[in-house]
Amino acid sequence: MSDQQTRQERIDRGIKVRSDGLYALMSWRELSYLTAPRFILIAGMLLLPFLMPGMYWQRVISIVCIYAVLALSFDFLAHYVGLVSLGGAFFIGTGGYSAGILNSYFAIPPFLTVPLAAIIGGVFCTLVLFPCLPLKGVYFAIVTLMYPLFMARIIEAFDIFGGTDGLIGIDSFASSFAEQYFVIIMVLVFLFGLRRFVTTDRGLIFTAIMDNDQAVKASGINITRYKALAVFIASAMGCMAGACLTHIYMWSGISQFALDFSILPIAATVIGGSGTLVGPVIGCLILVPVSELLRDFGTLRIVFYASILVGFILFRSGGIMEYGQRKYEQFERWTQI
Amino acid sequence: MEILVYGTINSVSLALMGLGFAMVYGISRVPNFAHGALYIICGFVTWTLFQKIGLPYFFAIIFSLGINGILGMLMYRFVLIRVRGMNISEIISSYAIGLIILEGLRFGGFRGMTYTLPVFMEGSLMIGGVPVDYHRLIMTIIGICLVAGLWLFTHYTKIGLALQGMAQDERAALMLGIDSDFMAMLAMGFGAILAGVASILILPLGNIVVEAGYNVLIMSIAVCIVGGLGSWMGAFFAAFIIGYAQILTVVFIGSHFQMVVALLAIILTLILKPSGLFGQQKELEERV
Repeated sequence: MSDQQTRQERIDRGIKVRSDGLYALMSWRELSYLTAPRFILIAGMLLLPFLMPGMYWQRVISIVCIYAVLALSFDFLAHYVGLVSLGGAFFIGTGGYSAGILNSYFAIPPFLTVPLAAIIGGVFCTLVLFPCLPLKGVYFAIVTLMYPLFMARIIEAFDIFGGTDGLIGIDSFASSFAEQYFVIIMVLVFLFGLRRFVTTDRGLIFTAIMDNDQAVKASGINITRYKALAVFIASAMGCMAGACLTHIYMWSGISQFALDFSILPIAATVIGGSGTLVGPVIGCLILVPVSELLRDFGTLRIVFYASILVGFILFRSGGIMEYGQRKYEQFERWTQI
Repeated sequence: MEILVYGTINSVSLALMGLGFAMVYGISRVPNFAHGALYIICGFVTWTLFQKIGLPYFFAIIFSLGINGILGMLMYRFVLIRVRGMNISEIISSYAIGLIILEGLRFGGFRGMTYTLPVFMEGSLMIGGVPVDYHRLIMTIIGICLVAGLWLFTHYTKIGLALQGMAQDERAALMLGIDSDFMAMLAMGFGAILAGVASILILPLGNIVVEAGYNVLIMSIAVCIVGGLGSWMGAFFAAFIIGYAQILTVVFIGSHFQMVVALLAIILTLILKPSGLFGQQKELEERV
């Protein structure tokens, strides 16, 4: 490379080009090329509870899945609808408290409270966020960042729902396997459901709203309604995760509105690859166990993941998924100019 | 009378917290979510220089302000400059830097109630039958002088005018030979120094605790949102509105609700008038 200039070029692999069209799937090789990554993810997720040693790490899996759902909802809102919501904790807290209230005041069993909490919480979050829907960019981000803090202070100040102690004595899932498979299947369903959803006509409108909302408005589409729908989908997902969290810890309290639930999913999304929907799940699979390993170091783990976050934003803003996809679908070579 | 006096003091301290945030956002359009961290770190640096190394208090303050300014500039030069203009990344990366600083300090052993800065002057004074200690009085006076000084600086000096030009129209400023990245870096440095000034004036009234960093961030965002993001005068007036509202709630309802007022102010302002009370040009851009 001393006296002649070279550059790197990337070319799609032949198999990628051939298997792009559905009708080109002529061989098992092409078929497996397409399905292998998805199959590995699904099989890996389903096998996780067997691979983990001990109760503690099995519990970590459930937490990973809860964060993964939250990260998915963030990724969907931010990169497919254009609403950057920093209020993951708001969804978690609302869902957690709805499940807690339903279970401890009305004695509804967990398998009913989780979907109920998702719907009730989703409706509540959508109603509360409805006036903020016209906001964009920094403004929406700030207002969603403030909601969880606001809710926590309200509960603290009025001393409702158990006040600072929270609601205790909530039923857990039937068994630890039921708990883990419930959350794992929840992640997979949401992941593939959202991937399909964003390519439908509705998903197309969402993307259009993100790109140019005035144009969508000019085509006679009510953008507020669509934004509300998107917020409902995202918040219902978050609330469902929150409800699971409540049942896993058998407790719901103010700390469910803590900033952790807003920041860690975002970090996972950035690290995994924003706008890919698979990225956030992978990011959570990496980040949450690492942060559990560092639990002994106390607050150093927050320093640790914040540093990783800054590093990724600056130097690898595409995230792991983009890199992996590139390696999988393309080959690189040096060519002379 | 008590409400009036303490309301004013509270408002000025809020204005001090908010000014730095408003300045950085007004000029470089970067929402500096590390503002609370810069506030706290200045307190700790001053404490270290004064208590551990034993510099005179005055020099400790000057040094720590300088360090804070450099820190802010470095933060802009090496991190924020790369993500400028991308809203999500700006917020996330500056907030992450804030987290690194605050949680790093907490890990480094700065917790508990043992870290205090000395007040400037002992003793107190009666104003209209309300005892006010000298430090709060000095804080109020310096705060008001600072706002006036800032106004003069931005209206009558070359750098100040350049900063203002950039705040109004960055491209036009670029055409007139104003280096926008350098100016944004300067603005970040000034913002950090203002955060430091606020911390040195406010921290002697209590202990230096890491948690305060988060509260300062929320309060400064509240002040800036209500006043209109990017408008300094707006931030100053909004500080008075929120400051009095807080004191009134503490007196008539209860101290639990002090934070609720600030958060409610943010949410209501964003819903009703996102450009804030004094913001002018942003309304069309940000609202559909």
